[in-house]
Parts: sequence; structure tokens; C-alpha cells
Amino acid sequence: MALQDVCGFYDSALYRLYSSSEDSHNSTWREPRAKHSGVPLSFSIPHSQNTIWANHTDAFFSLRSHPSTTSVKRPFHLSHGTTTLAFAFQGGVIAAADSRASAGGLVACPEVAKITPIHSHLVVTSSGSGADCMLWERILAREIRLYQLRHGRRLSIVSAAKLLSLMLHPFKGTDVCVALTLCGWDREEQGKEREAQRAVESKVSMAVKSNKDLSDGEKPVSFCISAASPVGALSRTESEIQRKWKDPEDQSLISSQNTTITQQSGPRLCYVCSDGTFLKGELFSVGSGSPYAYSVLDGAVRWEMCTEEAVSVAREAVYRATHRDAYSGNNVDIFHITARGWRRRERENLREEYYREGQRRRECTKVREIERKKQRRKCVTRTEDAEEKL
Amino acid sequence: MLSTHSYDANGKMKDYHYSGPVEHRFSPYAFNGGTVLAVAGEDFAIVASDTRLSEGYSIHSRDSPKCYTLTDTTVIGCSGFHGDCLTLTKIIDARLKMYKHSNNKSMTSGAIAAMLSTILYGRRFFPYYVYNIIGGLDEEGKGAVYSFDPVGSYQRDTYKAGGSASAMLQPLLDNQIGFKNMENVQHVPLTQEKAVQLVKDVFISAAERDVYTGDALKICIVTKDGIREEIVPLRKD
Repeated sequence: MALQDVCGFYDSALYRLYSSSEDSHNSTWREPRAKHSGVPLSFSIPHSQNTIWANHTDAFFSLRSHPSTTSVKRPFHLSHGTTTLAFAFQGGVIAAADSRASAGGLVACPEVAKITPIHSHLVVTSSGSGADCMLWERILAREIRLYQLRHGRRLSIVSAAKLLSLMLHPFKGTDVCVALTLCGWDREEQGKEREAQRAVESKVSMAVKSNKDLSDGEKPVSFCISAASPVGALSRTESEIQRKWKDPEDQSLISSQNTTITQQSGPRLCYVCSDGTFLKGELFSVGSGSPYAYSVLDGAVRWEMCTEEAVSVAREAVYRATHRDAYSGNNVDIFHITARGWRRRERENLREEYYREGQRRRECTKVREIERKKQRRKCVTRTEDAEEKL
Repeated sequence: MLSTHSYDANGKMKDYHYSGPVEHRFSPYAFNGGTVLAVAGEDFAIVASDTRLSEGYSIHSRDSPKCYTLTDTTVIGCSGFHGDCLTLTKIIDARLKMYKHSNNKSMTSGAIAAMLSTILYGRRFFPYYVYNIIGGLDEEGKGAVYSFDPVGSYQRDTYKAGGSASAMLQPLLDNQIGFKNMENVQHVPLTQEKAVQLVKDVFISAAERDVYTGDALKICIVTKDGIREEIVPLRKD
């Protein structure tokens, strides 16, 4: 897509097909492509869709005779419903999502990948309608690539999110349903690196020092600053949740490891929604399972946490959300983005986790039963002693 | 399932029973039934569909298969609204020809899938009411199945059922081909003969339980030697 635009190659046969088929129904269809730039696809929007764009152009023709708000009713459901979350901490950004795509009451696909890497330092979590997300991610990737080719440098995460938000704006009012979280790490330009290193570092020192050790080895050596962790959430043994991490093949090695977090570089998180919302933040969760995920995350996420703890918390949040929300489930995917790029944790099926949890609960109740029996026996012996005394 | 949402709260079919005063508008869609199935093997792909064309309580035709051959390595199965199926296959055929003329080679299965996704999304606000499944061989000669939703979201699978009986057939396929929800089983790779037999059994079960599936079954088997077709009779009631 991007290459085609840069070369100026327009498939004339293709565009002729579009224009000839639409010319015949000029009165009933609109071609939005000419009106606004940015969206490379040509959409035929029936008149009755209530877009902002419709309200502008139709004002001149006073189309009050047209049926206003009723649109063509679709006889089928589109895939919806999900739990995705992302948060930033001292060691980068964690993005996690479930893998269920539901259409109405049916699980359309149990193994969808909801987190898509766009380039080596940007990953997008998608939620909403499956087809819309797939296409808008593609459009976003194309626009980012075009910018990179034209300007020779990479768009920052916030700029990419702003671009996406502006491209989605013409479709406000239609039933395009897209809620994307852009998670990434902004890198400094080559020349500004020295300045950035001397620049003020935000937040805690010890955690950042351990982050610098990333450059030395494969696995991050980080110290978990002990703090009160939510009961039960992190009581799993390491062996249970140990998974392989997969690095992307084309990960570019940063020679001068600039892993400091400054105004210009560092972990970034933006949320863009098709209704026009554009938010920057440090913690987002989107989808039908997000309330459950928020409750776990709000209690456990801190800036100073180490990577293992962050992964564990993200996994726990998705696990709890999939348990309570009918439209989320199956597997959990986790991505971790650092200054060196993104890496992906092997997809984990949560079914095993349910069994382990059930096992643990059964053991707990067993222990409680034994305690209760002991207590009862003590009471009985005490009353017996009391009776004897009498 | 596809047709269940046409029932109201009391279980009456909204199109055929009186369930209160309702404003009727012309609906550009109709549901013509039919089930499509595709399975990908090591060096083959199977696309199968029933041949019944129905609408409401009537059967329009007992000989209307839903598999369409696109190239010698790709077959598409389309079920849903028959009018949209016909138009969509015409558009795909035209685009395939254009590609062949400008690039001097046939489109690969993956390319057809990507193209179909954009064709479907181009009608995002007035979709083609078609559930598509593409089955064929990829560039390396391995079997590939791509399943779509009506607005163009797609992904590559090993097996997929679409259409009116899809909700019944998909769990059966998950179990028999994906070996899911079973313990202590050997994951034996699927041979062509076993796959064809499985498809026949699966459609016989679908015809038993789904009213919109039946009459006959058409199986297209795609291998490097070409596309072979088989027709198997099913229940006609």
C-alpha cells in the first residue's frame, strides 16, 4: 500500500471499476474520498447515515424529505467484545489482551491476535469491531511508513495517535467501532542523545539503574522493589507462569543504549477511539472486560515495578476479566515494549490457570476444614473438662 | 446462529407470525441458507458446501452449490444472501482477470484473501451479506483456509465452517481436526481420505439438524494436480 503511493502508481483499471459502478447511482451514494484526504479507500456511504459530513453538505440542499436516522439494518452481528489493557512503568510498556472474537452469542474465533506490532517500537491493541480494527491498523501502518519514507524519521507515538484520530473523524456518527491503544517507546534522535542523558530523569533512581542493565544481557536484570502486593495475585510460583519470549526478527540493535526516560523519549501510551476520544496516559484498559481488569490494575500497578511483576499483573488482570466477562476468554497475549523494541510472550491458554486455581481453592477449603475440626475438638474437650470439674 | 435473531421474545418468527404491530420496511437482504466448510491439509485443501437454496419456508432450488472455482489452486465458498454471493463472485472474477492481464500471473490464495477483505470493507456501510471461506494452496503448496466475516475481517485457519449450520459444525471440527477438548490423544496429521470422509460425515450431521442444509453435498478437493469435484446426496426433507 505505502510503496504504491510513494511510486505514484495508480492502478487505472481499478479506479475505473470503482467510478463506473458508482456513477450510475450518483444520487444515492456519496464518494467521500474526494472530500477529505487521508483515507485511501473509497467508501460508498448511503445517504441515510448520519455523519457529520452529511450534515455539512446536505445543508445546502435541504434534504428534509429524506428519511433521516434509519439506516440499512444489518441482519448479522459483527465481532465485538474483548479485554485489552496497557500500562507504562519504569521498564517500558506492557500490552496484554485476550483472544476471543464473539459475534452475538457465538465465538466467531477463539484465537484472534488483538495486539499487532506496527513497527519495531510501536504496538497497537485493538478492540471493537474486528474488521474495522484490522483495516484501520493497516491504514495507520501505511501512513506511518509513508511519513518515515518522506521525512526520514519516525513519527512519535502521540503524533501517530493524533493522525489516526484525525483520519477517523469523518466517520464519526457511522457505526465504525474502533478503540485502539497505541503503546510504544519514543526514541531520541541521534544528535540529541547526549543532551537527553544529561536531562532530568523522572521518578525513582534504583529502578532506572536496573533498567540500564537491559543493554548488557538478554534477560532484564531488575530488582523487584518489595511492596505490598495484592493478596493471591502474585502468589504463583515462577515455574507456573514461565513462558518463552519471542523477539521480532528485525529488531534493530541500538548501539548507544539510550534507555533513559526523558521528555522526548520513553514509554508512551495513547488511546484513540472512533467517537473522537484521544487520550494520553499511563494506564488504559478497553473493552467489555475492562472494569474487571481496571480493578486488578489499579490495585497493583506502580511505576517502580520490575518486569516480572508487571507481566504477572497484566496476566492476572486479563485472567480475572476473562473469568467474569462472557465476551472475553481463551488465551492471553502479552507484549513488552522497551527501548530495544517489542518482544512477545508465548500465547498462554488460560484454561490451565482455571484448573490450577480450582485446585488451590480446594486445598484452601481442605485446610480450613481441618482447622475447623480441630477447633471443634478443642471446644468439646473444654466442655468435657468443665463438666468433669462440676 | 444466523437466523435466530429473527425470533422475538416469545419465540415466534418475526417474519411469519404476528407478534404485535410492526412497521415494515423493505429489507434489501434475504437469508438463503446453506453451509460451507473448508479444511486445509498438508498438501491439499477441501472446500465443501451443500446445494440447497431456501428462503423462509420454501426451497427455491436443490441444485445450487455454493463453491466457486477462482483459479486452479483456489476455491471460494459463499453462503448467506444469494444475490450478494453472485455479485461478489462476479466482482472477484473480474478482478482476477485484471490482475492476470496486468501482472501476467494468477493471483495466489493469500493475495485473493487480502483483496477480498478490501472489497468487502469497501461496502462497510451497506455490507455484502455473505459469509466467505477461501480454500486453496499457498505458494509453498501447503493447504490454506481463509475465513471472513461479512465486512472483511479475515484470518488464516486450518479449518472453518460458515453459514447456517456453522455453530453446530465448528465445535465438531475443533474436536476432530484440532483435537481440542480431548485428553490423552495422539495428534495424527490429517490424510486426504480421512478428511473427505470427515467432511461427508459432518454434512450428514448438519443435514439432520439444520433445516437450511441438505439435498446434496458438493466437495471440491484442491491439490497440486488440480481441482477434483465429488457430489454426495444428502437428506432431501
